[in-house]
Amino acid sequence: MNQKIIMQLDELTCPSCLTKIEGAVKNTPGVGTVKVLFNAGKVKAEFDDRQVSADTLSEVVTQLGYAVQSIKVKPL
Amino acid sequence: MTVQKWLQTHNGQITAAAAGLIVVGFAGRYFAHSALGYAVPMALASVIAGVPIALHAYQALRVKVVSIELLVTIAVIGALAIGEYNESAIVTFLFLFGNVLEAKTLAKTRASIRSLTEMAPTTAVVLQADGTTETVAVDDVEEDDIVVVKTGAALPVDGVVVQGDGYADEAAVTGESRAVHKRVGDPVFSGTMLADGALQVQATKVGDDTTFAKIVELVEDAQDTKSHAEKFIDRFAQSYTPAVLLIALVVFAFSRDLRLAITVLVLGCPGALVIGAPVSNVAGIGNGAKRGILVKGGTAMEAFAKVDTFVFDKTGTLTKGETAVTAIKTYGGTADEWLTQAAALEALSDHPLGRAVLAAAATRGLDYRHVALVDHQTLRGQGVTATIAGQPVCAGNEKLLAAHQVALSATQQADLRALQQTGSSIIILAVAGTVRALIGVADVIRPEAKAALAALRQAGAKHLVMLTGDNPLTAEYVAKHLGLDEVHAGLMPDEKVEYVRQFQAAGRHVAFVGDGINDSPSLATADIGIAMGSGTDVAIETSDVVLMQSRFDALVHAYRLAKKTVWNTRENVIIAIAVVAFLLLGLIAGFIYMASGMFVHEASILVVILNAMRLIDYGGRRSNLA
Repeated sequence: MNQKIIMQLDELTCPSCLTKIEGAVKNTPGVGTVKVLFNAGKVKAEFDDRQVSADTLSEVVTQLGYAVQSIKVKPL
Repeated sequence: MTVQKWLQTHNGQITAAAAGLIVVGFAGRYFAHSALGYAVPMALASVIAGVPIALHAYQALRVKVVSIELLVTIAVIGALAIGEYNESAIVTFLFLFGNVLEAKTLAKTRASIRSLTEMAPTTAVVLQADGTTETVAVDDVEEDDIVVVKTGAALPVDGVVVQGDGYADEAAVTGESRAVHKRVGDPVFSGTMLADGALQVQATKVGDDTTFAKIVELVEDAQDTKSHAEKFIDRFAQSYTPAVLLIALVVFAFSRDLRLAITVLVLGCPGALVIGAPVSNVAGIGNGAKRGILVKGGTAMEAFAKVDTFVFDKTGTLTKGETAVTAIKTYGGTADEWLTQAAALEALSDHPLGRAVLAAAATRGLDYRHVALVDHQTLRGQGVTATIAGQPVCAGNEKLLAAHQVALSATQQADLRALQQTGSSIIILAVAGTVRALIGVADVIRPEAKAALAALRQAGAKHLVMLTGDNPLTAEYVAKHLGLDEVHAGLMPDEKVEYVRQFQAAGRHVAFVGDGINDSPSLATADIGIAMGSGTDVAIETSDVVLMQSRFDALVHAYRLAKKTVWNTRENVIIAIAVVAFLLLGLIAGFIYMASGMFVHEASILVVILNAMRLIDYGGRRSNLA
């Protein structure tokens, strides 16, 4: 885990969305801890950029039907 | 999966379409008296509104979550199977409509934070080596870059003014909307508005390292940091939803009544219970954030509300932390005359008491710099002596006077003791062997502290304590003046921690209030650590509550807000449980079915959100702490 991604999503309204997103991102290979901020509408995750790219992670969330507004990646 | 995205973005239209079809259905039934004209639109509405719900249910199931949507989906399929088209249509419509309303109202509870983040600029104008400027994204600004800021713009970085002059509104960082004059050398903060003037700022912190970014991150995290009650409810809800599914199955197995079983499914949705507690905290934390009060999450909110003992650090907390001249007693001549002479002497020393005298002389507009002065001498631990206009002048303590064979009269002795009783340090000024003035220097007690402490008591604080490293005399005076219950002086930081532990052992809930710099151990040990008046990294890390301004009224507001928020959470939990009980009773008594059950359900969710929204404006619409 050498990178941290912060994705800003649209407004999240159902607490079950949170579990869904968290589970889906977590199950992607190369992803460490995942935190979904329900109220801020943010997904924070640690990942290994040799195994998975930031774009892939954004795609995982988009696949679930949540639009990703912006992505920020920082080295850990 | 573009279908899902489309469904998500057209939630409103889908809901409206379902509503339209339901109206058509009722029209068909009551005006055209057509069974088909009733059933077809209703079934259609069920399908249109049901698909997005089912899709949600499916996706949750894929990550092994039994969601509320799943309960509703099964219920709707069941209702369609037994031909209850109107029930299924109304249930799906209400569920979607509820979601739309919830999104709208939730957005309101989150608005305080949103407005905070929106203050942050996205671009910065950076001065280039060749003198031109270039607009770049905030994330691309580097430390030491020079950023140009014009009137009306928000500062994109933390830094130091290197050129220009202006007034900045630092509400984003301190919660206090007031124009602060910024000149060369002054620190400025990201997110603050330049109300007037133009500045060139050398960046010291950029991007996520700025104070403002840290505040935003802290508040965002805080809103999602769950209290114990919330965690319990979450766990409860997690096993609750599958349990409802199971109960419905059991009901069906025994009663062979599909209608009853699906009604159980709809009634079992844990909506208001799941949303009730978090929404109160979000609104409460948002209320604080708007006023420069950062509460780190639901747990902190809960613990703060329980506090009955406030332990204060003295210097910098109850007092301003800066010494000032608080009293001047003169014996012949005028105060200005003697203060000028004292200042002329003290200007040559760098003693802290001396600096207070200089400040007092400066505020009175006394011209002490041009006093002709010879034979200047500083005596360590005693004071300063010199000769002014041919007369020996000394300013210092009793030791200095004794060394120069100057005696205090009985009256002067009495005055000296009286001044010392107020916790002041005294500079005695003697000219040509006669005492002319006693200058009392003390750390100034915050003027608003007394009223604020009384307000804390009124809000529920039982025990107010002061712990200080300062001398007992000063401590006693401050404690008496402020009406504190208990005071301990001459303490080292680890001894303060010991007192905090003792209070806790005695069963008290302790809040420690300090400046966040010297008292980190106590801040961390207390049930609630409150850092006052500093947005420093240390303070933000070690404390549970950060007051961006050094103001006691902010402390009082925070305490009341915590109590209010916890009370609001309780109200919501009670509402949610009452609703469930009511529905269950209704089911047994037979006056609640699927559609009416869903209606009560969605209504209760809106009620708890609206109840939480009352917290947003608690204590006045805008920061009215002034």
